[in-house]
Amino acid sequence: MRLVCPAGTPPSLKAAVDCGADDVYLGFKGETNARNFAGLNFDDASIRNGIGYAHDHGAKVLVALNTFPQPGTWPRWQEAVDRAAALGADAIIVADTGLMRYAARTHPGLRIHLSVQGSATSHEAINFYHEHFGVARAVLPRVLSIEQVEKVLERAQVEVEVFGFGSLSIMVEGRCVLSSYATGESPNTHGGCSPAKAVRWLEKDGTLESRLGGVLIDRFGAGENPGYPTLCRGRFVVNDDVYYAFEEPTSLNTLELLPKFHAMGVAAVKIEGRQRSPRYVETVTRVWREAIDECTSQPQRYRVRPAWQEALAGISEGRQCTLGAYHRPWK
Amino acid sequence: MTASRRAPRLSLGPLTYYWPRERVMAFYEQALSWPVDIVYLGETVCSRRHELRLADWIALAERFEAAGKEAVLSTCELIESDADLRLMRSVVGNGRFRVEANDMGAVRLLSERSLPFVAGPFLNVYNTQALEILAEAGAVRWLPPVDLPAAGVREIVRNAPAGIDTEIFAYGRLPLAVSARCFTARYHNLTKDHCDYRCLDDPDGMALRTQDGEPFLVLNGVQTQSGRVMSLLPWLGDCIALGAGVLRLSPRAAQMGPVMEAFARAARGEAEVHLPEGHDPTCDGYWHGRAGMDLVAAQAP
Repeated sequence: MRLVCPAGTPPSLKAAVDCGADDVYLGFKGETNARNFAGLNFDDASIRNGIGYAHDHGAKVLVALNTFPQPGTWPRWQEAVDRAAALGADAIIVADTGLMRYAARTHPGLRIHLSVQGSATSHEAINFYHEHFGVARAVLPRVLSIEQVEKVLERAQVEVEVFGFGSLSIMVEGRCVLSSYATGESPNTHGGCSPAKAVRWLEKDGTLESRLGGVLIDRFGAGENPGYPTLCRGRFVVNDDVYYAFEEPTSLNTLELLPKFHAMGVAAVKIEGRQRSPRYVETVTRVWREAIDECTSQPQRYRVRPAWQEALAGISEGRQCTLGAYHRPWK
Repeated sequence: MTASRRAPRLSLGPLTYYWPRERVMAFYEQALSWPVDIVYLGETVCSRRHELRLADWIALAERFEAAGKEAVLSTCELIESDADLRLMRSVVGNGRFRVEANDMGAVRLLSERSLPFVAGPFLNVYNTQALEILAEAGAVRWLPPVDLPAAGVREIVRNAPAGIDTEIFAYGRLPLAVSARCFTARYHNLTKDHCDYRCLDDPDGMALRTQDGEPFLVLNGVQTQSGRVMSLLPWLGDCIALGAGVLRLSPRAAQMGPVMEAFARAARGEAEVHLPEGHDPTCDGYWHGRAGMDLVAAQAP
């Protein structure tokens, strides 16, 4: 079971490799990946160095090209595939079928992973990508229960990667344009959700308001910890009830499911968070490396250690954790 | 280049809300007399909904076909369970009616059986290359994702493989997101597996407002829709000019007959056609490459 860790910057890549990541995933600067944020991501030189560092330490580098090019911008994505191949990436993570075909035909030696943005939730969908483009690994959207993940694993013709830890996506990845409804930009088309340039903070009579594209996402009273106005984490009104209509600010944490993942044959566990700091990457990678090693060497004796949970809670969004959709009642 | 300047056909998209059986039947009874050419049938949002079973949808399809209209069976937009897979296989293998694929799994099944299909709006065809792949798999008609601007649609249509028709989502609440979680059940403090089918209470979905009272979104079970009703009525000239062969109207609880009439008149080239009196606020931002909730058209209904 490989540990797949995020790197938004070179220091994060180094932290991930040093703390025991098997795979590190990253993106080029710009809209070709789904974490297109200011100050994040890699230029050619830093990717080349990063790949060198990772390979020297036995780790692999996966390049995320997981947004959807449009007719006017297609050449930029195609060129990004070529650059990833030329720089020696171990795999590219792709969502768009057109781009997959281009990569498969032009760079037959380059491994293709199906991005979570590809929204493949069944073996039928995954096998389509395998048969048409030779996809070698599929990342599952964070919507299936553990029993449903098991069914996919039994029937999929490729390696399966699941999300283990990090920000919890409420919507099916690749199937959510809430952000662009309010701001004009969403992960599919622009590589970012709830973009910072569309955020406004306003203080009024001791209340702090967060707005996204002009839309009021939340209000915080004194003593409340104001969270970033990601659209699906806001408090809205239905009838007369003000509440988190979609989800509270929580993180996904599946440490307790590791033995099940292992027994089911999950090929890789992904840590979310390319937008997070090197300290986050270091903490999560260290904890998950230990956990995976213990789980795979002695699955019967595996127990989630309180020290791991404590370390993860310190860096979690909202300091709360959930099993998300893996645990059916969450739905 | 397959663009034609003849009047596009009108389609009625799949019913996204959960209505009692009698209401569904009454709705489609009316639709039989509307100026609609293509009708998409079936449950696309939540496989727990069961007021109509597949056999009922097929019976409806037969009635529309007998009335001289094209009937298409749509697959569910999110496939999670074995039951979902079984239903998808049954729809694909119905043996008679064309299928709209709303998931790549459905595409695989249709392609294996060499069945021509409609590539639904959830397949994320954002470029010509992606459309070519679906055309090779058997797609004879496709819908762009709702957030693809007119400029992108135009370029894809210009370079589209021969023989594939373009259908544009031209009216209705936009399907903005789908989740494993049911937000209607969540509102009622229920879980999805024990939801009591509370979405039966909301024939037009459940309105979600911001804390300052602005209508923003609509909760429809696992689906989240736009609060505003997207309407390309003022832009039908654009749609026709870029080569759209079909315009899709997504069912709503009220005013569908008059709305369909308005689109039919505009599609025939009549000028100054408006949505009916008392229509809900509209938007058209995506079509212009802006925020989806924006309204560019000057004519408010």
